[in-house]
Amino acid sequence: MAAAVELEGVNVTFGDFVAVKEANLTIEPGEFFSFLGPSGCGKTTLLRTISGFIEPTRGAVRIGGQDMKGIGPNKRPTALIFQNLALFPMMTVAENIGYGLRVRGVPRHERDEKVKNLLIQVALTEHGHKRVSELSGGQKQRVAIARALAVEPSVLLLDEPLSALDLKLRQHMRTELRAIQKRVGITFIYITHDQGEALTMSDRIAVMNAGVIEQVGDGRAVYAEPRTPFVASFVGENNAIRGRISALEGDIATLETPLGTLKGRNPVGLAAGEEALLFVRPEAMQLRANGSTVGFEGETLDVAYEGSVTHVTLRAKTGQKITASIGANAGVGLPSAGENLRIGFQPADGLLLARPERH
Amino acid sequence: MSGGLAFVFGLPLAVAIGFYLLAAYERRAGIATGPGFFQRNGLGVGTYLVVAVGFWAFFIILLPQLAMVDMSFRPKLPPAQMGGPKDLYTLENYRYFLFGSTTSTAEWNWLHIKAFFLTIGVSIAITLLNFAISYPLAFHMAQSATPARLRVLLLLLILPYWVNEILRAFAFRVLLSSGGIINQMLMGIGLTSEPIDFLGADVGLYMGLSYAYLLMMIFPLYNAIESLDKNQVEAARDLGAPWWHIHAFIVMPHAKPGIASGCTLVFMLTAGALAAPLVLGGPRTLWFTPIVYDRFYQAFNWPQGAAYAFILLVTCIVFVLVVLKAFRLSLGEITR
Repeated sequence: MAAAVELEGVNVTFGDFVAVKEANLTIEPGEFFSFLGPSGCGKTTLLRTISGFIEPTRGAVRIGGQDMKGIGPNKRPTALIFQNLALFPMMTVAENIGYGLRVRGVPRHERDEKVKNLLIQVALTEHGHKRVSELSGGQKQRVAIARALAVEPSVLLLDEPLSALDLKLRQHMRTELRAIQKRVGITFIYITHDQGEALTMSDRIAVMNAGVIEQVGDGRAVYAEPRTPFVASFVGENNAIRGRISALEGDIATLETPLGTLKGRNPVGLAAGEEALLFVRPEAMQLRANGSTVGFEGETLDVAYEGSVTHVTLRAKTGQKITASIGANAGVGLPSAGENLRIGFQPADGLLLARPERH
Repeated sequence: MSGGLAFVFGLPLAVAIGFYLLAAYERRAGIATGPGFFQRNGLGVGTYLVVAVGFWAFFIILLPQLAMVDMSFRPKLPPAQMGGPKDLYTLENYRYFLFGSTTSTAEWNWLHIKAFFLTIGVSIAITLLNFAISYPLAFHMAQSATPARLRVLLLLLILPYWVNEILRAFAFRVLLSSGGIINQMLMGIGLTSEPIDFLGADVGLYMGLSYAYLLMMIFPLYNAIESLDKNQVEAARDLGAPWWHIHAFIVMPHAKPGIASGCTLVFMLTAGALAAPLVLGGPRTLWFTPIVYDRFYQAFNWPQGAAYAFILLVTCIVFVLVVLKAFRLSLGEITR
């Protein structure tokens, strides 16, 4: 079976501005695939390239194995859900959902039947005759999904459709989107700057920065095994400490930093003497640590209680701020502001990556 | 002062007083709340608004129109007999439109009736033509032009209108006359050996009328289309719609108020146009407005002219209201 979407050396430039650079990617049929990145990283441009609104400057987009060069958005087997949904305000909910079928010349009774089924699928049976403006945010969302699904696309593209919703509804819609995707079994390509959305819904995530796909992997890989400093700091919270590698033993490297001698894993194979960044997640930090850990001294600046977790901000002697997240069940006495203490971590929880300047 | 004139002055005043009393009642009954008009605007500005708007509405709009209506129901009399025993209300002027001529008053006045319906019919055709010309341009300006291109287009559209209407009409005349550039070119290429009588065939008239009010169509359309979310167009395209379907079912329904407002303006102005028909009208064509003009200044029959003008006005208003109704638009919407 051909890949749902294949990007081969896709470049998109606007004048001098490079929006997408050398994107190579294969998205499998039935996959929930997310592009994650800050605004302006090129993820929306890439989505519009897949849907056909933008032609790549260089490279090829293949959908279902077929080259899409010169094929307009109205002829591609994709459907796009817009950030602002772009529902048609002068049509009813049912007319909105049936629009794609109407332009395809599907006979009326067949169309009505299909719209009815879709209304049931998105739990809007009672609302078919209503104007779009009479619906709530979550209902509009579901109309947009039904309208896109009506044309039976092989790939559904979603451009941050949840960003306008409030927190509770957003979390609910995450589950719902995932459930709809499982049910219809088509490929979903989801664009977001919200790592929570990407991590909870996706089979795989592509993390993008400045037009470049930095890493592709499942949520766990992107979070626990970042391959670039950008991915390490963009996905989840992270502490970054710069230093120079002084010794290697197995996959653990020793690093000389302004905070002292620290250790971490070296998955990308940096050599001794190289400049490096050491990333340690806040939840890997241990307060008042000793024994097998490496660590440094710091002064407690702030203790922010957040229920299940407490965030402790410390200032190391160099002035750098370090965050530690302490679980409610960690059994550690929380420090008070101003207290000096030692903070440490297991070398296996530290991750060494090359400094970006050396790329 | 005769009864008619008393009515002319009295009616607007009565309406104004009626509204004032209604407002006072609503305030007393608690239907209308919040600060009053003078409290909101201050005494100075409030008084100015009342006086200025009142003067404008009463003296500049209502009074002359009502005086016209009043006049249209009076017989043509020498000044000495005005207000005298012969000055009675009559439908004679309206009857003349249907049955009058210089020789008999028993037969239908085909000349004027034909001119009237020709004016209405051609005005409708010109409005549609104007829409067909303006819509693509307005859509391009509103949805796809870059800001720089938009500025150039707006300038190009507005500049020709610095030249006054009569000069523009004469320019068309020069252009289309038998010795004009177009005929010389056609004969030069050898497409025709004889000059074509564009003016006699009314080509000039229709061109002049179409061109005269183009902006009145483009700007309302531009405004309406500009407020359409670009994503709507893209969403329709993404769902598989061909371009004509997007225009017919997404863009035009959205721009309906702008379309109505543009068409209303162009239709009203075309039906009431005077300069272009006077300058460009062919010898065989009688447009209605020159007839009205002739009632006043050739026949010196002001009451009859007033009746004719009133017939045109009422017909146009009724026609526009019927069309708005047919497209399920309220008057309020087209001003948006």
